[in-house]
Amino acid sequence: MPNASSPAAGNASRRNFLIATASTAALPAVARAASAKAVLAQDPRNVSAPIGLALRVNGGERLVALDIRTTLLDALREHLGLTGSKKGCDHGQCGACTVLVDGRRVLSCLTLAASAEGRDITTIEGLAKPDGPLHPMQQAFIDHDAFQCGYCTPGQIMSAIGCVREGHASSDAAIREYMSGNLCRCAAYPNIVAAINQAKGLMKET
Amino acid sequence: MRPFAFDHVSTLAGAVQAAGHAQSAFLAGGTTLIDLMKLDVMQPDVVIDINRLGDSALGKIERTADGVRLGALVRMADAAAHPDIRRDLPVIAQSLDLAASAQLRNMASLGGNVLQRTRCTYFRDVSYAACNKRSRGSGCAALDGVNRMHAVLGVSDQCLATYPGDFAQALIALDATVSIVGAGQKAR
Repeated sequence: MPNASSPAAGNASRRNFLIATASTAALPAVARAASAKAVLAQDPRNVSAPIGLALRVNGGERLVALDIRTTLLDALREHLGLTGSKKGCDHGQCGACTVLVDGRRVLSCLTLAASAEGRDITTIEGLAKPDGPLHPMQQAFIDHDAFQCGYCTPGQIMSAIGCVREGHASSDAAIREYMSGNLCRCAAYPNIVAAINQAKGLMKET
Repeated sequence: MRPFAFDHVSTLAGAVQAAGHAQSAFLAGGTTLIDLMKLDVMQPDVVIDINRLGDSALGKIERTADGVRLGALVRMADAAAHPDIRRDLPVIAQSLDLAASAQLRNMASLGGNVLQRTRCTYFRDVSYAACNKRSRGSGCAALDGVNRMHAVLGVSDQCLATYPGDFAQALIALDATVSIVGAGQKAR
């Protein structure tokens, strides 16, 4: 009997530990929310309630109600179901969250969704139609095996498209320099350079 | 990140007026502000998005009688790629070209670049209570910390953080003038 009950006892204590941890963690958050509320109450533009935003994503307008603190990355992933853009560092250092805003590559983790309203947002999901051919850059990444685990790949591809459009893919050295904002933990870098070299001649858009 | 009130402004006067609040912050590229708000280092109550001012002279590079005027909302990448800048003021282009990453240079504004905060790890880590930049009078954890990457010249017993920007150094080298707009006044 002791043998049978010890795993259960172990689970119970682990659960209790987790609950206790969560309660402890919740205390400062509650206090913080209360003080923030007091501060915001003095301001007539109180936007602690969710705000409605119209985001133009991959050619279609999407309506969302968001906490004002929501980044574009979280809006895409958690509210619009577009999980292709990845959250790596969430501090603008790894490039996994790269999307195009008005055709320029930017970091969605450092962009507030509210700031992206009225702009054209393109994510990895918007590069090819569901039944159409892949974007030349997507195909090139497959052709050159330009990834291993694939986590950084959507950001790499969006950034690579920006790199070519900016005219910064003229040489291997230029590609390496201007793709330096996208880290690949699997170190697929030589294959990424090869993929961009293939795709740059096939991209028709400006 | 702490809650904040959010405001878009589309005129310079509107921006100055909106910033009357003590704990307000202007949002342009956001590459410093959003990062530091996530870390709880910066805690504005009001965030004022000024990107719509980019349609005005603040978003342009213009030749003047005695040189070039760089709008504070011009993006780093655009200033670095501008043909006049590359030809006549290459030090500006060079100071911007290889800073950060291509994505950050597409986002970050020239005004925000000058105003970027120090990378001092003690400033960025709120688990260290002592930081005179974050909380005046609290002390400086870097003085007796791992400070090999900190300043050697121009330090005090209050702070030895370094300024991280390259672009501002180029402005100093060129003896540039910075125009500032505030409540009821313009300064140079």
